Amino acid sequence: MLYIKCPHCGWRSQNEFSYGGDATVKRPELGKEVSDKEWDDFVYNRKSLRGKHWELWQHLSGCRQWIKVERDTATHEIFKTLKASEEIS
Amino acid sequence: MNQSFRLENIGLINRNKKLSFKFNGKVYYGYEGDTLASALIANGVHLVGRSFKYHRPRGFFGAGVDEPYAIVQLYRNGETEPNIKATEQELFEGLEATSVNCWPSVNFDIGAINNFLRIFLPAGFYYKTFMWPKSFWFKVYEPFIRKAAGLGVASIKHDKERYEHKYEYCDLLITGSGPSGLASAYAAAKNGAKVILAEDKSRFGGTLLTSEVNIGNQSGKEWAESIISELKEMPNVIVKNRSQVFGYYDHNMLVMSERVSDHLPKTKKFHPKQRLWYIRAKEVLISSGSIERPIVFGNNDTPGVMLSSAAKEYLKVYGVLVGKNPLIFTNNDSGYETAIEFQKNGINPIILDTRKDPKSEIVDEAKNLGINIKFSYVVVAAKGYKKVKSADIAKISEDKEQLGIVENIKCDCICVSGFWTPTIHLASQSGNKTKFKEDIDAFVPGISKQNETTLGAANGTYTLEETLKKSFETGHKLSKEITKKDNKISFPNVIEKKSTAHDKFWCVPLPKGKNYKRFLDFQNDVAVSDIEIALKEGYRSIEHVKRYTTLGMATDQGKTSNLNGLQLVSKIENKVVPAIGHTTFRPPYTPVSIGAIVGREIGKHSKPTRKSPMHSWHEKNNAIFVDAGVWLRPRYYKQGNENLFEGSKREAKNVRTNVGVCDVTTLGKIDIKGPDAAELLNRVYTNSWLKLPVGKARYGVMLREDGIVMDDGTTTRISENHYHMTTTTAQAANVLSHLEYYLQLVWPELNVNVVSTTEQWAGAAIAGPKSRDLLSKLFPNSDVSNEGLPFMGFIEGDLFGVKARIFRISFSGELAYELNVESDHGIFMWEKIMEIGEAFKIQPYGIEALSTLRIEMGHVAGSELDGRTIPYDNSLEGLVSKKKDFIGKRSLSRKAFKAEDRQKIVGVIPLDKKTSIPEGSHLVKDFNAPLPNPKLGYISASCWSVEHDNPFSLAILKDGKNMIGEKLFVMSPLKNKVIPVKIVSSHYVDPKGERVRS
Ligand SMILES: [Zn+2]
Repeated sequence: MLYIKCPHCGWRSQNEFSYGGDATVKRPELGKEVSDKEWDDFVYNRKSLRGKHWELWQHLSGCRQWIKVERDTATHEIFKTLKASEEIS
Repeated sequence: MNQSFRLENIGLINRNKKLSFKFNGKVYYGYEGDTLASALIANGVHLVGRSFKYHRPRGFFGAGVDEPYAIVQLYRNGETEPNIKATEQELFEGLEATSVNCWPSVNFDIGAINNFLRIFLPAGFYYKTFMWPKSFWFKVYEPFIRKAAGLGVASIKHDKERYEHKYEYCDLLITGSGPSGLASAYAAAKNGAKVILAEDKSRFGGTLLTSEVNIGNQSGKEWAESIISELKEMPNVIVKNRSQVFGYYDHNMLVMSERVSDHLPKTKKFHPKQRLWYIRAKEVLISSGSIERPIVFGNNDTPGVMLSSAAKEYLKVYGVLVGKNPLIFTNNDSGYETAIEFQKNGINPIILDTRKDPKSEIVDEAKNLGINIKFSYVVVAAKGYKKVKSADIAKISEDKEQLGIVENIKCDCICVSGFWTPTIHLASQSGNKTKFKEDIDAFVPGISKQNETTLGAANGTYTLEETLKKSFETGHKLSKEITKKDNKISFPNVIEKKSTAHDKFWCVPLPKGKNYKRFLDFQNDVAVSDIEIALKEGYRSIEHVKRYTTLGMATDQGKTSNLNGLQLVSKIENKVVPAIGHTTFRPPYTPVSIGAIVGREIGKHSKPTRKSPMHSWHEKNNAIFVDAGVWLRPRYYKQGNENLFEGSKREAKNVRTNVGVCDVTTLGKIDIKGPDAAELLNRVYTNSWLKLPVGKARYGVMLREDGIVMDDGTTTRISENHYHMTTTTAQAANVLSHLEYYLQLVWPELNVNVVSTTEQWAGAAIAGPKSRDLLSKLFPNSDVSNEGLPFMGFIEGDLFGVKARIFRISFSGELAYELNVESDHGIFMWEKIMEIGEAFKIQPYGIEALSTLRIEMGHVAGSELDGRTIPYDNSLEGLVSKKKDFIGKRSLSRKAFKAEDRQKIVGVIPLDKKTSIPEGSHLVKDFNAPLPNPKLGYISASCWSVEHDNPFSLAILKDGKNMIGEKLFVMSPLKNKVIPVKIVSSHYVDPKGERVRS
């Protein structure tokens, strides 16, 4: 079970969180013309990365905040966690 | 039976407490502190089972967790448990056990015929023998194998024992209480660290209990006792015996199973049988020691052949002789320690040492005691079928290839020592890349991946002084980093006998003309010849060899067999062992009971049960409940002998004719506040929300980004910046997360707060033509006329002193209202409704009637909004705004979603107007068409229409728009039904929706 440092609450076990996918995906702006390709990339197309990956988790059974977690998908090592408002650097 | 193999003056058992037990129906006696194994050996019982494949007689091989043979079926307090290691099971009064894997009895075993037919059961025999003809598998092979083989029998009864889970955090977790575990735990604890020390056995001390050493002027055993009793007193230390750390998972999380009550005849009241500990440790010290390795020789599986360290443990801990005429077969000094113990207790052993001329303190001591030692000698084969009776021995040449003249000597046990294999399982599980250590012919942990350190014998360190030194240092160093304290323990004086190098010899060659089975894996009957066959047949990877031959795959996971298997492969392949590498170690290290893994989360405890505030009323009024997600909801209220069909029909009919009341507390409720609340709703729902006036509700549909309907419900504008959203019962949690996602990550600029208020409000729907009359009596001070409270209107009212929210919304399609009061007043509200409603013939209705009402109205619910449908499919396209953008809108322009013959919701009626249509059935054009018969759609929900008094179903049908009036067939192969049906509009009752507005 992973051990995740919630930027709001501190270290908590994985079973308090739910996974939310790739954190680098940006939703196209509302009302903007979007090509089929752009939209498909946003909705469906994901890289299944091996290695460092920025992903979203929600601290569901805690502060309910969505957070950004940089994790190695192969080793599960977690390098960094950020608040939703913080930009991935 | 008397305990004729028990010694008088040695052992740690409690001789004041004699215990009786039964093995295979026969009564024996032992003492408190015995294991089942030690007590059986004390009684001279060595035949405990039969092997898996050849059904050869099986005895005891070890004295603990490494035991491959002595697996029994245990009976305790009216329960039975399979696959218990007799070497681990502590004796208790009244224990009963039987052998497994032998039929009809352990002494006469029919399966043993396999032993004589073994030519048919070589490596890969499962794959080769039982492949063809295919039809034989289920009829012939499988039942035969199941009967003749297999380990114990699992109970089919409900397990009445209790199992617990516990979470713990610590600075240092130390796995094993031998010298390295004790020293590191002591150093760290004295330095203020929070320590958990786990010991698998009942007694602490590990090898200190059996070795002749001296620490700080005490015997090893005394030193261990003093350290343990001091640790137990310290508030920062948890000391646990009977506790096996079996798994090392991510982020330094380890799982340990504690056998709380297995050693007792019966679990004490309120105690668990076992407890599973989830331990998050900052640092892990692996002090799991090492396991003695066998030497491979002919018939080395005969009962009476066992590890030399086990023989010593039986003697020193249990006061039990594994034989009175022992033969010690060793390639290192450890065998001598066992021989010396025998000699000291009046038994004369013979030592066969594969080495030519070893020189060490221990060897000298054995010589001085006058023990008969034969150098450069090996055991060629054990003789005897159910117990060792003698051994064929021979001198071996210096190159270890040639055997001299074979002699036969009498003996009743053969104690084998082939040196030591570090127990590296936990380190390997943690991700540590192990490395091969040439001087001990074994793998040891390499570079740590997680915060783990391996100490002592588990790390290949076999001298006590070095082990203690390193362990004290490590315990101190790691605790200092955590506690920032610097209390050092002074290092005690250590006295131990010096030993010399072992011989790398591990497998005795076969004498000319002999074809003895030489076993590597004792539980799975994998012999040297099996590995040879596998390699001849082209298997190269050790992982493949393992699976093909089943080497190391039994319940003991190859604790005694893995390294010899590797040595053999390396010899045949002419490669060094590290180049072959070992197979992957995976948790659990030892078998863990399913009960312990599941814990308390069984039956009603497997998920929380949520009840509405009106639950007690429903109970008192004969509600038959049904699980709805985590909620318990009334399905119908039973009157007399009514069944579900009759009861729900009566309730639904009463709604259509009079008035009914339904508990709708379970609906998800989300409170939405903030100046941008309307904007959020406008983006989340498909229809427009910016112009909804205060005091009005609106029905909305929300999509996922892929255009699929996520949920529906009504949202009401309570005040300028305050909305009350309802969701379906099932999607309540997901919708909240969904809103939070967009507010926190996508549109953080929106000034809105959302919070779940599902449990804050009790909800009651009152529906039916007389509902307004009832409402006016409930709220005499409010104007609830069609003008005062029109359809989709909202007012607050006073329910006899209780503040209530009144929404004029309808799921049943009748004139209907939903009342919300604070949860604590729920029962008051309900009882008032029932009391005043009596004059209007009110009846409560459950969710079965609720379903009937919504189905015949064509209102969609979870069975249509099933994660596969878009608004059009549910005839909700009218709610999709063409002007504004919203979540998922762009996806609706996908080609498949705009197809001319896109699926759409329809109504379905059986032509005979009698036959009920099973939900989930398929719709086809021709039920006689060849398979696969093209499916046109599926039945999503079925009911008995109370309005029309015949069956009615909803279906999602391809080209549904153009199918109205068509005749199709419903097929349900599961129920073996074919029903001719007619397709009609999904709005079967009041298609214009006049009633809700009346
Ligand atoms: Zn948090």
